[in-house]
Amino acid sequence: MSSAASGAKEQVARLLTLVPYLHARGGVRLDEAARDLGVPARQLVKDLRVLFLCGLPGGYPDDLIDVDLDALVAPGGDRVIRVANADYLSRPLRLSTTEATALIVALRALRGGAVSEAAAEVVDRVLAKLERAVADGAAPVGLAVEVPAEPQEREQAARKALLQQALGSGRQVRIAYFVPSRDEESERVVDPRGLVTHAGNDYLDAYCHSAEAPRLFRLDRIREATVLDTPIATEPTGPRDLAEGLFAPGEDLTVATLRLAPEARWVTEYYPVLDVRSVDDGALEVDLQIADPRWLARLVLRLAPHATVLTPEGIATDVARAAREALGHYGARA
Amino acid sequence: MAAAKTERLMNLLIMLLVQRGYVTRDRIREVLYRDSSDEAFMRMFERDKEELRSLGVPIETGNVDAFFEDEPGYRISPDRFALPPIELTGDEAAVVGLATKVWEHARLAEATTEAVRKLTAAGAEVDVAALDLVEPRLAAEEPSFDVFLTAVQEHTPVRFDYRAAGGTDVTTRRVQPWGVVRFSGRWYVVGYDVDRADRRVFRLSRVVGEARIDGEPGSYDVPPGTDVGAIARATLRPDRPREPAVLLVRAGSGHSLRRRAATVEPGVPGPDEGAWDRLRLADPPFDLAGEILAHGPDVYVEEPPALRQQVIDRLQGVLA
Repeated sequence: MSSAASGAKEQVARLLTLVPYLHARGGVRLDEAARDLGVPARQLVKDLRVLFLCGLPGGYPDDLIDVDLDALVAPGGDRVIRVANADYLSRPLRLSTTEATALIVALRALRGGAVSEAAAEVVDRVLAKLERAVADGAAPVGLAVEVPAEPQEREQAARKALLQQALGSGRQVRIAYFVPSRDEESERVVDPRGLVTHAGNDYLDAYCHSAEAPRLFRLDRIREATVLDTPIATEPTGPRDLAEGLFAPGEDLTVATLRLAPEARWVTEYYPVLDVRSVDDGALEVDLQIADPRWLARLVLRLAPHATVLTPEGIATDVARAAREALGHYGARA
Repeated sequence: MAAAKTERLMNLLIMLLVQRGYVTRDRIREVLYRDSSDEAFMRMFERDKEELRSLGVPIETGNVDAFFEDEPGYRISPDRFALPPIELTGDEAAVVGLATKVWEHARLAEATTEAVRKLTAAGAEVDVAALDLVEPRLAAEEPSFDVFLTAVQEHTPVRFDYRAAGGTDVTTRRVQPWGVVRFSGRWYVVGYDVDRADRRVFRLSRVVGEARIDGEPGSYDVPPGTDVGAIARATLRPDRPREPAVLLVRAGSGHSLRRRAATVEPGVPGPDEGAWDRLRLADPPFDLAGEILAHGPDVYVEEPPALRQQVIDRLQGVLA
């Protein structure tokens, strides 16, 4: 398609939205319409010049759509768009399949983020009206978002809303945070910087006043969060870019190598791995970057007996000691 | 010239929209394509109709005269052309406004914004007060997302290289995609695997390289009543019977389990001299045995017996 042709199609689409927009409002200031419709004012004027030439097939001046171009371009014009004689275009075009699908899926995602029953009800009302309006022809096609059903996921949605609120108002948050590698829960006051996602998990990026350093907090490990009245005490900054991974530059990192039996292969999907090598019997050797050897010991115990640590040395001994002690509790022999 | 073409497309649309019956091709030519040769008219008219249809304008074809089939005509039914009136209250309009921020995917974000412009063209008062909503973000970074989405909409078969779960083996798959589903923060495609002659769920992040179109649009039908969301959910998180569990947890540890406990009975005798608490879990997490094992000697299973035995067996496996 030539650029002129595609330009015409887009212009028609803009006009089919512009006319109903103006029809509902009467006169609208040019800059206001440009903002509402996301079209530059200069382009709007060009579109209106074309609209001025369109109308009923009779060919008489009265048949044409009336656009007050003088108000828009003449010196001293009040820059208000006025269109008349276009009642037959007063309703917007139906939603296309892609538009209906994109909007409905976005609304269902919002529904999943509804914290209160009242908010969920508003989204449901919109969805019902919309689904009625697109019932024939443009029903959403094959794109779906499964909304959280588990109570834990709902809890996390609520926590996210709370943190977003704190971010918006620039206030500190007190959190009860669980660190699995140390099996510890601690209270900290943080200055939120942003919510980020990495490998399917949500994190709060914040300056932690206990650690006196920026930290990432996984949302599903925050047990409690309270927005405080105190404003943040550090320079506000956006969230960090997680493209390079979760570890802060300069953090003390070790590369560990694990051997995973087929039952434990899923590890490579859930943790950032540096390298994966196939070995015999469907087993894998993987290299992982770790900041805390205790984390690795817990991971290997969790996967027991399907994972073994090849390096660094010492972790395998820790794992065996923990397993022996635990077995002793059951009065069972190794 | 774009402007002249826009004018012609608009006039064609208006002409077909305001007529009561079908408009003949001759009449359309006389009004809008007067200076064109026969051949040029046919070519332009066909292309113009296609462009309007691709915008979603429903141009219908029918016979002008019910008794003579050789007189084809065209019309646009106002009811099928226009969006039915949707009245949005203030809070509903606010929700619709939030929807425009959900997609972090250029094509779908644009489609959502366009949809919202149409919906709010009639002018809704937006009331943003007290909407208790998280603003979720739907990103689609997987390079194959667009290919699958288009394939789903057009019913086009797709061929792609797929890495097995947690592995390094890559196989080529031929699939008729039924739907693209987001589940637990990840995108999946649900469809019919031609070689395995069964339906399958594929994770887009495991597609290696580019997914390729492997046939014509409209090559297959999606079985009626298919709910791709339900298929993904059933495959990715099968319902499992969850047996309540009773655990002893060393005081000050086992926080991930404590969070899920229905009751905590503090200061009970345990398997060693330390201080222990008894946790009752009415609805244990997915991998409870793994969660217990991760805590080593700090968690002890009282019930159920099967879980207790599983933990013992797996610990013995470590020391074997």
